[in-house]
Amino acid sequence: MNQTALTHAGLARRHRTQKIMWGVFGASSLINMAALVLICGFLLVKGLPAISWSFLTEMPRDSMTAGGILPCILGTIYLSLGTMCVAFPLGVASAVYLNEYARPGRTLRLIRLGINNLAGVPSVVFGLFGLAFFVTFFGLGVSLLSGILTLSILVLPVIIGTAEEALKSVPQTYREASLGLGATKWQTIRLVVLPAAMPGMLTGAILGLSRVAGETAAIMFTASVFFTPYLPTSITDSVMALPYHIYVLATAGTDIDKTRPLQYGTALVLIVLVLGMNLGAILYRAKLQKKR
Amino acid sequence: MAMSRQTKDNLIRNAFFLTALSSIVALALIMLYLFIEGLPIFKIVSVTDFLFGHYWYPTSEPHEFGIFPLIVASLAVTALSSAIAIPLGVMTAIYLAEIASRRTRDIFKPIVELLAALPSVVIGFFGMVVVAPFIQETFDLATGLNLFNAAIMLAFMSVPTICSVSEDAIYAVPRELKEASLALGATHFETISKVVLPASLSGISTAVMLGMSRAIGETMVVLMVAGGAAMIPNSIFSPVRPMPSSIAAEMAEASFRGDHYRALFAIGIVLFLFTLAFNLIASHVAEKHKQVGAATL
Repeated sequence: MNQTALTHAGLARRHRTQKIMWGVFGASSLINMAALVLICGFLLVKGLPAISWSFLTEMPRDSMTAGGILPCILGTIYLSLGTMCVAFPLGVASAVYLNEYARPGRTLRLIRLGINNLAGVPSVVFGLFGLAFFVTFFGLGVSLLSGILTLSILVLPVIIGTAEEALKSVPQTYREASLGLGATKWQTIRLVVLPAAMPGMLTGAILGLSRVAGETAAIMFTASVFFTPYLPTSITDSVMALPYHIYVLATAGTDIDKTRPLQYGTALVLIVLVLGMNLGAILYRAKLQKKR
Repeated sequence: MAMSRQTKDNLIRNAFFLTALSSIVALALIMLYLFIEGLPIFKIVSVTDFLFGHYWYPTSEPHEFGIFPLIVASLAVTALSSAIAIPLGVMTAIYLAEIASRRTRDIFKPIVELLAALPSVVIGFFGMVVVAPFIQETFDLATGLNLFNAAIMLAFMSVPTICSVSEDAIYAVPRELKEASLALGATHFETISKVVLPASLSGISTAVMLGMSRAIGETMVVLMVAGGAAMIPNSIFSPVRPMPSSIAAEMAEASFRGDHYRALFAIGIVLFLFTLAFNLIASHVAEKHKQVGAATL
């Protein structure tokens, strides 16, 4: 601090600097908000006119330049729910091991390293892996099942992370009370810890669900196709999906401008689905925290 | 005979342990299969020619499998987007952790989370239909689909990561440190810039590495808005073709287990190693300089 810092003028200058920087920090937060509002607002304004009952419940027509997006909606729902059926039990069980059983040491460090690095693998690399492993090696083909398995690995770190948070927030006294009454470790986990942590874990599941619903690169070689005239009837069928549909319509068609309304409509349906789930999870979590 | 409680509990413990290994197994399988499918390309082209070759003509005769332009494009896009995302993310984190009132924070935090939740394909789509025409007109360019556009869109994808991880780091700065600084007569801003930020620097570095890892591996955004030219960029308005977009765009047309297919998997290996490096550095920094309390500073 220099000599003039404590004079009246110096103090005034230092407080002015602070005021200016507060403005800068506040502005950067506002930029984030503006980005979100801009993207959502734009899609809302442009997409809303395209949305109708028939848009949501009909098959695409005239080589995808007209008609609805029903197969994409169903494909995305099947993919996301299927993924959760695989990833949620796996993720919760992993989290239970990490938080309830594991002792600090080399094994635990290794597992954590694995999870952290799995979380950082680019989605297109998951797509390549799914193509080589599930589609080719296991011979599952481009199918719902290949997509579900690929997406399960992709979303596993998210589920583990949130499940661990939920387990950590269960008070230690619950466990001690149960063990003190003579319950085994497994009984304690099953009857005391898991029920107490379940709401938090479900929040994580919803966040994972929304992540999966918007995922594109991981399913473009494993599950989704450009167009199929049938609705999926089994897990060995390939499907259409909302995110891939947006990409296809926006880039690959010869009638890019003709299908603009369809693109806006599809994008709107996707963000309503994804942000809706997220908002639900956020509000639910806030409610949980208030109760505590 | 009924199992003893002890045996049963041990069995269950082992079952949980095996499940917990699934992440490592998955990571190992990913590496293994990338290598199985990708490595054979190096029978045709040497590693040096592959990494530093200047021409990527996978479909013409004779083939050219040089991915140097793709690597440069990925690094350029990541660097430029970080130049936007780091200040934005860290300043937002400071605002949320230090300055904002509780009410404001309750509004802004979900906004950052929702921004993180936006599907990449939607951000890419927005970049195509809104930002690209805007850039094209403003700077009078041949195309708005270029490095600059991709960097902006990627920045908004990595800001939430950088912001939330930095915010945690800033929160973790011990209260005594801040109070000591304020008691010495420093203003709140001086306390932040000279005490809080240096103290949380390792956490912020972790945040930055994670953000960059997210940016270099992001696929749909660069696929849709980077322009797609496999050339070394000569300005920030050059169209480029980063590694992920090459993989995503060309896999459909590559013949199964042909040279092109192998080359794309080999790009996958390079991309995987890049993100692995970023993540290992991030966890190393986080581990080495863990903030445990005032005594360690």
